[in-house]
Amino acid sequence: MSEPAMITGQWRPLRRGVRGGITATGRGLALAGLAAAQLGLLLLLFLSPILIGLAIAVLLADHGIDVRQQVVLALVLLAAGLVAGRLAAVPALLGLRNLARLTRRLLGDWAGIAVAEAYQPPPGPRPPFHERLYWLTSDPATRRDLIWSAVNATFGWLIAALSAIAMVAGFLLIASGLSRQFGTSESQAFTAKPGSPSLPNPVVVHVHPGGAPLQIVTGLALATLGVAIAPWALRGYTGLARILLAPGQAELTQRVYHLTQTRTETIDSGAAEIRRIERDLHDGAQARLVAVGMTLGAAEDLIGTQPDAARALLTEARTASAQALAELRALVRGIHPPVLADRGLADAIRALALDSGLKVDVIAELPGRPQPPVESAAYFAVCELLANISKHAGTRQAWIDLHYERGLLRIDVADNGSGGADPADGTGLRGIERRVAAFDGILALNSPVGGPTVATMEIPCALSLPKTSSC
Amino acid sequence: MRVVIAEDLFLLRDGLTRMLAAHGLEVTAAVDNGEDLLKALIGDSGGDAGGPPDVAVVDVRLPPTFSDEGLRAALAARRQIPGLPVLVLSQYVEQLYARELLASGHGGIGYLLKDRVFDSRQFVDAVRRVAAGGTAMDPEVIARLLASNDGDDRVGALSPRERDVLALMAEGRSNAAIAQRLSVTERSVAKHTASIFLKLDLQPSEDDNRRVLAVLAYLNR
Repeated sequence: MSEPAMITGQWRPLRRGVRGGITATGRGLALAGLAAAQLGLLLLLFLSPILIGLAIAVLLADHGIDVRQQVVLALVLLAAGLVAGRLAAVPALLGLRNLARLTRRLLGDWAGIAVAEAYQPPPGPRPPFHERLYWLTSDPATRRDLIWSAVNATFGWLIAALSAIAMVAGFLLIASGLSRQFGTSESQAFTAKPGSPSLPNPVVVHVHPGGAPLQIVTGLALATLGVAIAPWALRGYTGLARILLAPGQAELTQRVYHLTQTRTETIDSGAAEIRRIERDLHDGAQARLVAVGMTLGAAEDLIGTQPDAARALLTEARTASAQALAELRALVRGIHPPVLADRGLADAIRALALDSGLKVDVIAELPGRPQPPVESAAYFAVCELLANISKHAGTRQAWIDLHYERGLLRIDVADNGSGGADPADGTGLRGIERRVAAFDGILALNSPVGGPTVATMEIPCALSLPKTSSC
Repeated sequence: MRVVIAEDLFLLRDGLTRMLAAHGLEVTAAVDNGEDLLKALIGDSGGDAGGPPDVAVVDVRLPPTFSDEGLRAALAARRQIPGLPVLVLSQYVEQLYARELLASGHGGIGYLLKDRVFDSRQFVDAVRRVAAGGTAMDPEVIARLLASNDGDDRVGALSPRERDVLALMAEGRSNAAIAQRLSVTERSVAKHTASIFLKLDLQPSEDDNRRVLAVLAYLNR
């Protein structure tokens, strides 16, 4: 009973090594496979200059063809080049970016090396073409993606695929050796082979008959070598990818600048908020309570001699205290709305919609709760947007859609009003931008004249699990 | 009449107990958290004779979570005992919560600002109304409810006086109380009420409570 256990115990490291090698080979192959897609996208990206170059070449060429045909051909090529430039650049760049992101993620999952991303936030959900192009081309991260794609599509993939190539070559050698040794139809097997794209065929074909055992041994060695080097090849590839894909000094500087700016704005608006609260308390509730105290004092003096006047003063005191309470309530609502504290963002936005005086259809589903500061920022942003709709949009119908997807809290606030809203016009929209920017969130506004207006906010955040209490 | 009070601030709990006792109501339990409230409402600790109380006066915000514990306990109790009279008190009123309280369609619901206890006669009146299966909605809730119905053509067709009657009716007041408040005769209130029901296209009813619920359901639709 202990003997088989000992044997498996001895074999375990080897088996683990082989399994690790094969896994690494598969992963390398998958990574190398991305290079083909990159090559395609690079060609698409440079399709426009290629076509324009061809057009110029056709124009300059003086082979005896008809000049008119030459000009027409050049014009067609030029037009195709211009169209391609307009249509192909953005999808090609986005495709390359997504491939780079996929590579980063795979490196993180498979090699345990987290490569940071530093893309600029997108300009919005549906920005015009030139804005998208500018967003992509002005981003230093795009340059990095391009360099990485060029390197990977030319020779980078070879490193990742090295062990797979060695293994395939090894297996082909073994297969041909075996068929030469034992097979009856060796000539057929060989005539089929040369057409296949695999590398070692020329070698196989020219091996002398009788060298079959040597071929098998070489094949075995090659395949084993492939398995053995797989982890190293993957590591080398990972190193190269990390150097090329990690964000550089420029992006980090930019990030620090952005953070400094949003932090300053957050602190400033926080301080302004505290000043406002202090002023409201001072002029409102505090003053009223002083008045209540004085009225009660006067009532106390009068109660023996003029009970009717005292009673009137008491009524006055009660009214003043009710007013003080009402002011405190309004103040609390402005600091931290009760429903937000009680129920979280989805219900708070429902309550807001009910109170807005508009007819608002709310779809709000959150699987958990964001951090309180994020909840608060999102709440007040929606509050401001609804206020804008009732003030400016000239409509009573609005829609709110709140959901959470892939680490992003996304809120759409739409109305069917007159449109034409511009963030540059008022301080309100700018304030929302500032609020959400503190969490690296963005506000995108799409408001053509004549409407409809759609404001979209996206705030990256994590959700805490909902409370398990069922009460 | 047996009353359960749920309020976590000692001063207010004590004051409420005394005020209700002074008006001849018997406070059988005064609790300070949601769990005890639920026990007092549906368990057997509701009073000497056992069984649920005649009415509960509940603060929305209670320990242990200090969120809407009291409201949730009240809603849970009413799911088990439909129509169990509950008067919810809060430092603030929310249309959302009013809707949730009214959603079951049963009467016996009150939702008032805590300030309303300043006027003890009115407050005890509201407690009795809720205990009798009526409604007591805070004027602030009704004002906001009416404001959010501003765009509604039928509500817009009401005369200013009818609007006043509608607001008081939505608070849960009887025709007699409305007449007294507006210094008019009960008969003219009845006329306004009939006109309101006609304009809102609601089924008229002789029963005060059912009428109030119909109006609230219309405004909350």
